[in-house]
Amino acid sequence: MGAFDFDVIQRALPFMWKGLQFSVQLTLVAMAGGIVLGTLLAMMRLSSHKLLNLPAAVYVNGIRSIPLVLVIFWFYFLVPLILQSVMGASSPVHVGAEKSALITFILFQAAYYSEIMRAGIQSVSRGQVSAAYALGLTYFQSMGQVVLPQAFRNMIPILLTQTIVLFQDTSLVYVLSITDLLGAAVKTAQRDGRLIEMYLFVALIYFILSYTLSELVKRLQTKVAVIR
Amino acid sequence: MNYNWNWKIFWDPVAAGKGVYWEWLVSGLAWTLATGLLAWIIALLIGVVIGVVRTTPLKWLVVLGNAWVELFRNIPLLVQMFLWYFVLPEFLPFGLGTAMKQMDPPWATFLPAVLCLGLYTSARVAEQVKAGIQSLPRGQTLAGTALGLTMTQTYRYVTLPMAFRIVIPPLTSEFMNIIKNTSVALTIGLLELTQRARDMSEYTFQTFEAFTAATVLYIAVTLIVVYGMRRLEKKIQVPGFIGTGGQGAGR
Repeated sequence: MGAFDFDVIQRALPFMWKGLQFSVQLTLVAMAGGIVLGTLLAMMRLSSHKLLNLPAAVYVNGIRSIPLVLVIFWFYFLVPLILQSVMGASSPVHVGAEKSALITFILFQAAYYSEIMRAGIQSVSRGQVSAAYALGLTYFQSMGQVVLPQAFRNMIPILLTQTIVLFQDTSLVYVLSITDLLGAAVKTAQRDGRLIEMYLFVALIYFILSYTLSELVKRLQTKVAVIR
Repeated sequence: MNYNWNWKIFWDPVAAGKGVYWEWLVSGLAWTLATGLLAWIIALLIGVVIGVVRTTPLKWLVVLGNAWVELFRNIPLLVQMFLWYFVLPEFLPFGLGTAMKQMDPPWATFLPAVLCLGLYTSARVAEQVKAGIQSLPRGQTLAGTALGLTMTQTYRYVTLPMAFRIVIPPLTSEFMNIIKNTSVALTIGLLELTQRARDMSEYTFQTFEAFTAATVLYIAVTLIVVYGMRRLEKKIQVPGFIGTGGQGAGR
């Protein structure tokens, strides 16, 4: 091991900045898509209709019992085939690793967010739903205007904590050779032969970002707590 | 969908090497379980100690425990894997570092993978253990002290026996996580289940069959563990105190 080379880090900064932008973009898109889809899944699971709750339960439990790496490979393989049959194309539709990763993370995170939203919906007292129905609201009106706003508020800290986990998980797109934050560091490390500097530096960036975010979530938690 | 189904592929001989494809998957599963179980032992030992330490009134130990948890929780597992595999050997004394890099193939990746997963999960176990202890009513500790027990005795005879029962469900899901997380070790070359399924798909192009088999194996492991832990939970529950799933704690 030679002397620690700070120069290599400095030269890699613009490239890593690009990688970080992709990581953040992937995190935000997966969070937005995952929460919307996850809320729908949670509503399906809480429905008394077998045709709605069974598929949702199978999907959520299935996704949650296999590793994210395997899910990434699954969708990388499946997405072109699904698009082919949806669009009626004659051969599998190539979407590229980046788009495939976006779709994968939305669908994967939906399973995790749905468990959080399910707990959130259940945390709203029964009386609220009864009151909404008594006022003559339909299912979707009572969900949209009474239950979900409270469920979201109760679950904001947990949803955000899950998003920090998601941000860390995005590093796994490395297996598709995508240039995210980690991908940029690995590529630089291998090109310049400076593994130690790059790996320690990227670990430091992840640590600072995740730690700062989780401290902010902790502070938020005391602020949004609903007094009952 | 134009796809050539061939579920008999598992009994086909491997294109390069000996054996048939299902043997690849089984050996992958064996490595997954071996890595996960060994790492779990490390995670439990360290995690319990750190978790307990963080609930004591000893300030500097609490700070140390918190630092440990924050360190391992805020760096992605994959990055930690690289640090153990690529970076650590360079910082060890010369002979030891070289020895670590030159171990025979499975061990050179198995050892870093086990250490990485073990310490990573220890932080998460510590969080659960701490939460379990803190969920007990304060009166229990106070009663222990009032009876003249020392701090160690209070932990040993009052707090911990209850706390361990409370944390079984969250620890079960941490155990499932460690099994799933072993797949991250494929990035440093461990031939675990996901990697074997991937290899099989690359050799045969029967991706659907290979991934389905891996998925079924992971789900089977999940079901067995969940069933086993439920039985354990029932067996050790304190009558009239903790109901199923840790409810009723703090009555």
